[in-house]
Amino acid sequence: MANFFDLAAENQRNSYVLMFAVFIITFAAAFGFSFMFFGDNPFGLFLSVLLSAAYISITYFASDRIVLSLSGAREAQKGEFPYLVNVVEGLSLAAGVPAPKIYVVDDPAPNAFAVGTSPKNSSVAFTTGLLSTLDRAELEGVAAHEISHIKNLDSRMATLAVVMVGLIAILSELGLRSMFWGRGSGGPRGRNGGLFALIGLFIIIIAPLIAQLVRLALSRQREYLADATGAQLTRYPAGLASALEKIGKAGSYVRRASDATAPLYFANPLSGMQFLSTHPPIEERIRRLKAM
Amino acid sequence: MVLETIALVFAGIFVLVAVFFIFVYNSLVGKRMQIDNAWSQIDVQLKKRYDLVPNLVETVKGYAKHEKSVFENVTRARAAVMGATGVVEKAKAENALSQTLKSILAVAENYPTLRANENFKMLQEELSGIENKIAYARQFYNDSVLTYNTAIQTVPTNMVAGIFGFTPREFFKADETERQNVKVSF
Repeated sequence: MANFFDLAAENQRNSYVLMFAVFIITFAAAFGFSFMFFGDNPFGLFLSVLLSAAYISITYFASDRIVLSLSGAREAQKGEFPYLVNVVEGLSLAAGVPAPKIYVVDDPAPNAFAVGTSPKNSSVAFTTGLLSTLDRAELEGVAAHEISHIKNLDSRMATLAVVMVGLIAILSELGLRSMFWGRGSGGPRGRNGGLFALIGLFIIIIAPLIAQLVRLALSRQREYLADATGAQLTRYPAGLASALEKIGKAGSYVRRASDATAPLYFANPLSGMQFLSTHPPIEERIRRLKAM
Repeated sequence: MVLETIALVFAGIFVLVAVFFIFVYNSLVGKRMQIDNAWSQIDVQLKKRYDLVPNLVETVKGYAKHEKSVFENVTRARAAVMGATGVVEKAKAENALSQTLKSILAVAENYPTLRANENFKMLQEELSGIENKIAYARQFYNDSVLTYNTAIQTVPTNMVAGIFGFTPREFFKADETERQNVKVSF
């Protein structure tokens, strides 16, 4: 059986590796640009370190709010959703983690996600479609899956990857455009300018690919594991299996989900063909739950 | 020279053993504290249910005045919980209260206007929410006891546990009626 502590330790390690890698990449990108426009300037070096440090800390501390607002989530009041609040609070007791903040996304498609950098400071969001489609045992299954992500620090790793790397992809696209626009006025200086321009270009092209790869590294196995540990919490794998069946039938395509936030969701929120899917097939998840 | 090397090797081994002991001791203390914390989480939920009872009784009374014996049973069971001392007696009293609460909800089934009452519906959801939370808190308590008991009985942590007097903890055993109670959806 999957073990929370091993998973958490692995995620903790991976998230540090990720933050370090993102720091290096943002620093290299910033310094590359500074070199192209201002040449070999110590102030550029200093500013690049400062910029990448700022990037890491801002994305770290605002990551959950960034994702929640990107997804159009609003906080669920106990008066309005007593049932949901009770289910989530109950399962956090079962997992021994502090109850996460609970959010609701107005969308008819049944789906959910967990976000946050630590179990003490996490949020779970459920679509209104999920709440109207599932019965209590099924909702408990989905909530247990999300709380498992929080407990084994999956959501920490995924949140950081989505926000830090997803933003890199968006920012590098902006950078690419500005480079074409800014050619006439600024332009690289010095003999090594061409080399650094090449490095900058390399980062700009490679960043979205890295983003894709990181997201792919996140998914698949972690969804199966959260299903397994979630079933451990409810002691009732059939609830989650039946929730997956209903979600598979209804379709889980959430309007406000984007390419960047997709890996966080319970079931694949994107419609249409994708180059690399971030979620394992629902049928396979059901099969594994039923085999438990 | 040889003596010095031997001394150094022994010093190294001693440091390693000391580090091992500190690490294991701290992890055992952490596991034991998790059990106590889990236990207090159960208490929090039991207290919430205890506080909910008068509210529920009043609401049902408004529609079903003549079901006196049911109300008396609930009130008595609630008072018994307050008076109970010791883990076993307390668990018994709590179970009795669970049973009487079930009977009050069964009574409510006979009064359609009561069932439609918003306040009653809210209390019912609250009660079933708390019953679920009690069950989950107990489950977490037992999970914590299992982890702890396994740790103090397996090699090599059992050596540290033996020296520092870590003793196994009791599982929370729900009786049969209690277990059924968890499955009931109101």
